[in-house]
Amino acid sequence: MIKARGLTKRYGTVKAVDALSFDVRPGAVTGFLGPNGSGKTTTMRLMLGLDRPDGGTVTIGGRRYRDLAWPLREVGALLDARAFHPGRSARAHLAALAAANSIPSRRVDEVLRQVGLDTARDRRAGKFSLGMGQRLGLAAALLGDPGILLLDEPVNGLDPEGVRWIRDLMKSLAAEGRTVFVSSHLISEMAQTAEHVIVIGGGRLLADTTVGELAARSASLEDAFLELTSGSAEFRAAHRGPA
Amino acid sequence: MTSAAPGIPGTPAAPSAPAERLRGHYGFAQVARMEWIKLRTLRSTWWTLAITAVGSVGMGVAIGFNTRNAAGDLTNNALAGMVPGLLFTGVLGVLAMTGEYTSGTIRATLTAAPRRVLLLAAKSAVFGAVTLALGEASAFVSFFAAGAALRHGIAAPTLGQPGVLQAVALSGTSFCLIGLLGLGLGAIIRHSPAAIGVLVGGVYVLAQMVGAFSHSAGIYMPILIVGNSISTTRTECVTGPGNGAQCIHFLSPWTGFGMLCLYAAVPLVIGGWLLARRDA
Repeated sequence: MIKARGLTKRYGTVKAVDALSFDVRPGAVTGFLGPNGSGKTTTMRLMLGLDRPDGGTVTIGGRRYRDLAWPLREVGALLDARAFHPGRSARAHLAALAAANSIPSRRVDEVLRQVGLDTARDRRAGKFSLGMGQRLGLAAALLGDPGILLLDEPVNGLDPEGVRWIRDLMKSLAAEGRTVFVSSHLISEMAQTAEHVIVIGGGRLLADTTVGELAARSASLEDAFLELTSGSAEFRAAHRGPA
Repeated sequence: MTSAAPGIPGTPAAPSAPAERLRGHYGFAQVARMEWIKLRTLRSTWWTLAITAVGSVGMGVAIGFNTRNAAGDLTNNALAGMVPGLLFTGVLGVLAMTGEYTSGTIRATLTAAPRRVLLLAAKSAVFGAVTLALGEASAFVSFFAAGAALRHGIAAPTLGQPGVLQAVALSGTSFCLIGLLGLGLGAIIRHSPAAIGVLVGGVYVLAQMVGAFSHSAGIYMPILIVGNSISTTRTECVTGPGNGAQCIHFLSPWTGFGMLCLYAAVPLVIGGWLLARRDA
């Protein structure tokens, strides 16, 4: 169970996250939706203790991330940007992380097989394609067999097969009773994966509901999302042609 | 190359129950193991360390080979390669920290070990141990190799002579201490070019300038400490043909060593303080 209470983060004068409160429950895939720049990644970074909040708290099983006894065994995280050194092999990257949390080294080979990187495990990760880098990030998230998964835009760069694979993986992890919190800006993807959704815009909570309930508000989930976020989209293309 | 087949969908590789409960919590030993794996799995680490050792020993040998003055401080001559060598470990120290930021590895590192002061302590211990071993090996090999290279009937110094063992052993610490200075600067500055600039500027350029303008301040500069305080066997002040009867005072070996420790410790403490407070 993840609990955010009054979570606030400012970068200079911009409030990236503004008094955000929500719970993420185990046993379900919870989608975290919002337009570009709405504060999804910042919220994830606050959850992981990478950034300090200016106000409020976020706890995981009642504790702050930095107070977790074996962080990777409790929380697995995939952030949107690459988090590995280009000169290190996939295997070495995972072996280092495993060592930090006393995770047996056989898990490294297991997760490499699980994400389909076993044949590329000794190659330098700097040569990886976007999709392979994403798979390595997922392997790191799964390494400690954690009860909670935080995935920021996990389908980025994946091929269709990979997209389906991760969709099935998230569902099966949730079915095992794990907490799966996944951010995306792809509404159609979330419609197929998530049962619950938390929608933010401009750093504020816009909705915290089931996918079914949100979709029922309009003609489709996408329409409902666009109506909900219309007042808060940070970056929007100018509409062309006759208005 | 995403052609690699994904694993069997929906089959976590581990038993479906969450991992077996482990007692206690992660600590220094675990984080140090992570840092050791990270350090040794980069090829650039080994290249840099090899060039450093070969270069510093080679310089000592070249100087020994060309020594004609048997009355000079032969131990100090043999250790002359340590001064350029420590620049490499200093830069390697910077990169050990800034490389985490430029590659984004810092995010993975901090999710595995979110206690940041512990992280920097473990990183410093691992990096310090590796560079200390390299530095001591380089200093002793330089000493013996330079002694063996002496010609013109000059007898090689031995470790049993007064102050020699101390000079060699203390010089061996310089790789580690300047390496840790680099690591601390990397933690403070976080950008590779800027941190390397500050390191090289501070250790070499600034030291030369300060030394040229003011001798009393110059003796506190790290390369003059390595070159003249800790690597010398002389106990009195230096008089030579260049400076006539004028007597040049340098810091005593142990005072110099203490200063180098301070140069390593202060940036590490500031870096640790900043690391714990800043967003990663």
